[in-house]
Amino acid sequence: MTVQATYLGMPLAIDELDVENLIYFKHCAAHDFHLQRCTKCNLLRYPPTTACPWCMNPKSDWVPVEAKGAVHSYTEVHHAIQPAFKAATPYLVLLVDLDTQKGKPTKDEALRVMGNLTTPDGKLAPPDMVRKVGIGTRVRMVFADAGPGLAIPHWTIDEGAQQPAKPWRYPQE
Amino acid sequence: MPMPDTDTSSPKHLRDKYAIVGVGETTYTRGSGVTTRALGTWAVRNAIEDAGLKASDVDGMLSYQSGDSTFSTFIAGDLGLRLNFYMDVFGGGSSTEALIGMAMGLIEAGMCKTVAIFRAMNGFSQVRIGGTGARAAAPVMGDALHGRAYGWQSAGQMFAPTFMRHMHDYGTRPEQVAHVKHFHSCHASNNPKAFYKKRYSVDEVVSSRFICKPLHLLDCCVETDNGTALIVTSAERARNLRHHPVLIRGVVGRCSKPRTDMHYQTGPISTVAGHYAREILWPNSGVGPEDIDLTGSYDAFTFTTMLQLEDYGFCKKGEGGDYVSNGTIRLGGKRPNNTSGGHLCEGYTHGINMVIENVRQLRHDADDSCPIGPDGKRQHTYDYREGGCRQVKDAELSANLGWANPGTGSAMVMRRG
Repeated sequence: MTVQATYLGMPLAIDELDVENLIYFKHCAAHDFHLQRCTKCNLLRYPPTTACPWCMNPKSDWVPVEAKGAVHSYTEVHHAIQPAFKAATPYLVLLVDLDTQKGKPTKDEALRVMGNLTTPDGKLAPPDMVRKVGIGTRVRMVFADAGPGLAIPHWTIDEGAQQPAKPWRYPQE
Repeated sequence: MPMPDTDTSSPKHLRDKYAIVGVGETTYTRGSGVTTRALGTWAVRNAIEDAGLKASDVDGMLSYQSGDSTFSTFIAGDLGLRLNFYMDVFGGGSSTEALIGMAMGLIEAGMCKTVAIFRAMNGFSQVRIGGTGARAAAPVMGDALHGRAYGWQSAGQMFAPTFMRHMHDYGTRPEQVAHVKHFHSCHASNNPKAFYKKRYSVDEVVSSRFICKPLHLLDCCVETDNGTALIVTSAERARNLRHHPVLIRGVVGRCSKPRTDMHYQTGPISTVAGHYAREILWPNSGVGPEDIDLTGSYDAFTFTTMLQLEDYGFCKKGEGGDYVSNGTIRLGGKRPNNTSGGHLCEGYTHGINMVIENVRQLRHDADDSCPIGPDGKRQHTYDYREGGCRQVKDAELSANLGWANPGTGSAMVMRRG
């Protein structure tokens, strides 16, 4: 069945035929992070796909994945183009290397999971928090509820983790 | 320039067997006041006239768009062309060189003889290329939940993680990359067609407001309304047409990194599609980056020019910041890039204007302000000061490097016939 929700004033939807995204976001709605694991080569993949990008096998199992990692790259948006984000600038879009499966299948790969930097309760981070985060910052996943069957996964600073002395940030503030 | 011996019978390479014989465009404006149909019609007409062809000589048409333009059938209808082949494809900046390669294949297969390729957009006054307006407000569906739901939608926002990681991995500095805008703006000041003719300093670029880091406003290209077109035919036919032939040496189209659905899943992410495309481009062309006299490296952003020049091998990996700032890419430098001012200054076209410019350069007929002599040809002064010449002296070989996103690119080498 089609899932519809509203998040930051944006209409969101997943079609009833889009089985992969329905399952992915159903787990997110339960504040669990699950990814597809290939039944043949056992590699995880992100975002949801209809076959394994490493071995072409169409079969997979949804398995729970520990959602912690380090920022691989990011952008800090000052001029939002979507109406939903105009009041939230500057906001961070993070590309996070999960610890799980990092360096597989080759040293250059990782499960790189998108998300905004948010507070622990899933609200877009305030400016003083934005300024603390850069490449290397340790983060953990949190969820922003959007509606039944749909929550958006995000990242917040992992307070329990050993943080780099100085994460790499763009040189101009 | 003497060229290496080549096997022009090779079905793989087809070196020098096809040519670009006509180029045309409309004025670059913000507020064309006409439809994309009218823009496309004018551009294709101008290209046919430029080639010295008649409507009945053109029997193939290709175009690309993103749901924001008109189709070949309308352009052909308006100009009275009867087509033996046409196709309109979905896509953006990696389309120009890819469709030129397809045109070669169509002619080679005997499906048609002469192909017009066009792109028409009201990229400022209708569907904003930067993504603002209707596109930004559209509902977020399915796969887009992994991107647009994060305020990650515009080209700049989507490409930025590659740009940032390049700075992190190689120590690339903002002012190095800002030189791309500085040099392209100097070129544009010698281009009467350019939408922005003002010369910008590196300081002005890095002190302009942030759009999304690492992009300042002046690191981004200029949305415009325009139509642009090219005519591709056989080298044999080209010899009897109006201009000095510009031959297609080699082409690579929509060459991609793995995981085109989300290329960031494979690394290193500071490497772009040119890393793969160069393995097709240079062997097909029978030349290497060191042989090239001028480049047309796609400048949707200052960074896209740098990353492509680096990954196609014009400098060592990681040294793109130095390459684009040391004077090589300026007019008068060793290998000028985007002598028209490109997307950053002339106008954003999804790539065709950079091929148009290099065709004119290889004809030795850049349309600058140099005086026209008694023989009807422009008398180039090679004085590149503001308002002056922009012809590259003795240009023989050019490379165009088209960009869709960090994961997909197209490229082409052309030579003066």
